[in-house]
Amino acid sequence: MNLAETAPAPEGHVTPDGRRIGGVLMEMRNITLRFGGVVAIKDISFDIREGEIRAIIGPNGAGKSSMLNVISGFYVPQEGEVWFRGQRRGPMKPYEVARLGIARTFQNIALFDGMSVLDNIMTGRLTMMKASMLEQALWWGRAEREEVAHREQVEKIIDFLEIQAIRKTPVGRLPYGLKKRVELARALAAEPKLLLLDEPMAGMNVEEKEDMSRFILDVNDEFGTTIALIEHDMGVVMDLSDRVVVMDYGRKIGDGTPAEVRSNQAVIDAYLGVAHE
Amino acid sequence: MKDTTTATAAHPVSMPALLARNAARFPGRPAWREKEFGIWQSWTWAEAAQQVREIALGFLVLGLERGDHVAVIGRNRPAHYWSMLAAQMCGAVPVPLYQDAVASETEYVLGHCRARFAVCGDQEQVDKIIEAEGETPTVEQIVYTDKRGMRKYDDGRMNWLEHVKAEGRAAEQRLGAELDARIAALGYDDTAVMLYTSGTTGRPKGVVLSNRNVIETAKSTAEFDHLRASEDVLAYLPMAWVGDFIFSAGQALWAGFCVNCPESAETMMTDMREIGPTYFFAPPRVFEGQLTNVMIRMEDAGRFKRWLFDRFMRTARRVGPAILDGRQVPAGDRLAYALGNVFIYGPLKNTLGLSRIRVGYTAGEAIGPEIFDFYRSLGINLKQLYGQTEATVFITQQPDGEVRPDTVGVPSPGVELRIADSGEVFYRSPGTFVEYYRNPESTASTKDPEGWVATGDAGFFDPETGHLRIIDRAKDVGRMADGSMFAPKYVENKLKFYPNILEAVVLGNGRDYCTALINIDLQAVGNWAERNNIAYASYQELAGHPQVYATIKAHISEVNASVAQDPMLSGCQIHRFLVLHKELDADDGEMTRTRKVKRAVIGEKYADLIAALYDGRDSIYTETEVTYEDGRKGRLKATLRIEDAPVFPRAGAVAETRAAA
Repeated sequence: MNLAETAPAPEGHVTPDGRRIGGVLMEMRNITLRFGGVVAIKDISFDIREGEIRAIIGPNGAGKSSMLNVISGFYVPQEGEVWFRGQRRGPMKPYEVARLGIARTFQNIALFDGMSVLDNIMTGRLTMMKASMLEQALWWGRAEREEVAHREQVEKIIDFLEIQAIRKTPVGRLPYGLKKRVELARALAAEPKLLLLDEPMAGMNVEEKEDMSRFILDVNDEFGTTIALIEHDMGVVMDLSDRVVVMDYGRKIGDGTPAEVRSNQAVIDAYLGVAHE
Repeated sequence: MKDTTTATAAHPVSMPALLARNAARFPGRPAWREKEFGIWQSWTWAEAAQQVREIALGFLVLGLERGDHVAVIGRNRPAHYWSMLAAQMCGAVPVPLYQDAVASETEYVLGHCRARFAVCGDQEQVDKIIEAEGETPTVEQIVYTDKRGMRKYDDGRMNWLEHVKAEGRAAEQRLGAELDARIAALGYDDTAVMLYTSGTTGRPKGVVLSNRNVIETAKSTAEFDHLRASEDVLAYLPMAWVGDFIFSAGQALWAGFCVNCPESAETMMTDMREIGPTYFFAPPRVFEGQLTNVMIRMEDAGRFKRWLFDRFMRTARRVGPAILDGRQVPAGDRLAYALGNVFIYGPLKNTLGLSRIRVGYTAGEAIGPEIFDFYRSLGINLKQLYGQTEATVFITQQPDGEVRPDTVGVPSPGVELRIADSGEVFYRSPGTFVEYYRNPESTASTKDPEGWVATGDAGFFDPETGHLRIIDRAKDVGRMADGSMFAPKYVENKLKFYPNILEAVVLGNGRDYCTALINIDLQAVGNWAERNNIAYASYQELAGHPQVYATIKAHISEVNASVAQDPMLSGCQIHRFLVLHKELDADDGEMTRTRKVKRAVIGEKYADLIAALYDGRDSIYTETEVTYEDGRKGRLKATLRIEDAPVFPRAGAVAETRAAA
């Protein structure tokens, strides 16, 4: 006997492990990005569907981070269009991107070292606070109510990522793996529709990688957050993602499920190298 | 057969009845607290009783029958204590399990108690139950408290605890009378709980404890230490361990005090500081760990603070225990101690979360005298007790004012003690367990028809104080080749009192001389290495470092000198030793979940090392299988050095030489 009610069936398809994949959330159309004479991204198109974990992989210098920066709106491509939730997106300010529901973590951690874990995560909710500077300075009325409400959300994330023990610890004193987790927490605090992870496992040991993988899956599963990630560790990418884009020298050389990508000859060549006659 | 009317039972005769009594007597007092989302949430006795009732009704809806076993597996949370009480209300038997046990251990226990219901803390525990069941599911209902990650389980037998409660609320009209009838039918000699012993030897055994066992023990020991409804305890030790069941459930229900559950295992120290428990239990290693932390931090403190600390700690060591015991102390010393309390002891106790301690206990292993005295000198009433699951914890305990580091105290109220000719300690008490579940042979061999139970420990009454002293496990006490007594634990404890040594295994039964396998304490030795600019890449490298070997050798030499003084045990000096390349671990089956060394396993697994200790080699190459936390296995390769340790003339032998001269 199951006492829980069955949720209504959603649109889109359901993965074998029970997650719901919806329609297209973001679409890249023929993106080309140049830095002076260097072409970082050459005519790439792909989409990210709602609720999926989408990986971008490729050898060093393939243009993965540039691609992520295009998605986040930090770089504006010279050619091509970025569509988000059915609308074409023009050049944007960083806070506008955040308001749109896109949050990210960085390859080289970008936290405030002197602030506590809690305060760092609270910054993730800054764009949602409405109290004026005066109210905040006096800790009065709306400012107090807002902070209590936001703190509640932040505490749920702290619980979710199991970092209760370091709540009050200054970030600068934490080991690398935990800093990565705090960064993820801050990104989650913004309640993003789309979460961008730039090499979330870089420099981690096996155990930390396993933890992080579990958190990424849980975030996707529990909050339904769409995730786009760049990662070097092939094992991790193949286990986590629903679909994978493979880049090499700024071009897209493969796109599909992990199984499809793994058997793609162009991908194998890019990773293992080709014999030169 | 229900013994509900005897004269001794002029009080509630079951744990659910105690809950009802508390809800009536202290409706507004806090009964349980739990830190969640950074805030202490609390439930009064009245609220808790309502929660438990809802869970119990929910269990009835799901079809829980009288006599069923309900496995409870998760960290210390009010919901888990409530689930146990709810199971008791339904006439079922709660069986708390170790949450860090691997699936194979859980598999045996689940199969043995044939649990129909399981209450799991989270997805990890649910997975463990599923894995333990194997091909054919045996658990009919799985209730989980944390629903995270549970959405993808499409299984009709799984329910979230909140849904079970809601269903229970809805069923009050329909099943309320049935539940009341079941609660009323609970008798004093009905089973209250079943706890599996950690099992240093063989399979775990299910110890059946009755309401009488739990309530009589809780009652007499609460009186012994004057426990009141105003106490606060911190529930952080495994729920499957009898101690937690008695402290956080039995005594808490009897005295009506508040049980505080930490946010997570890692936040325990912070949470303890916030709560400031008044009644506290910890195994020696917790106290050792705290002291090591204090000392490490003091070494990093400024010169003035260090001077102040050393100055007042000297005063504390000299007069602190006497003041605590209420003995005569000169006025000058009292003044110095009072000053010390302002500058050092008070703030230090506050940092450790021990400011409000009235009664503190340690047990399970011997505690180092320096560690024990350190806490007592600060004015913390730390005492020792001796007990086991089969006795519902208490066999002996130290009364206030009669506390010594090397004894375990006098028999607890109602306990009779007897020491057999072999030296083994026997007891008989109202807390003596009913039986081992489905194991009459073991029951018969442990408990004789008159109710005397063999503890398996060898000990004697200290002639001066009349307190019990425990030497070792009776079966581990042996003879050396020359016929002198071999008591490994005695020597191991002396070794473990050094902060650098985490574990030691002493060998020598039937041999010419004793040898030892040593585990270094990574925290203490690592800190030492850091301060002395010694670089190391791994545990293995640090353990094999020549300077570490030299330090350990010095410790062993001191222990040998002290062992040589004991006329009975002077044969147990350690002649050769090696430092192990890995920490002994319960996951590898080398220790029990309560961190007791399994000698037989060590003897088998490290047979090559032991052989080398006795054949005179000075190094040995070895490969060891290790199990990672997720259950995968790997191999660890190392070449270990074996060194000789200095030994001293034996106390008896010295006398002989003198006589000859």
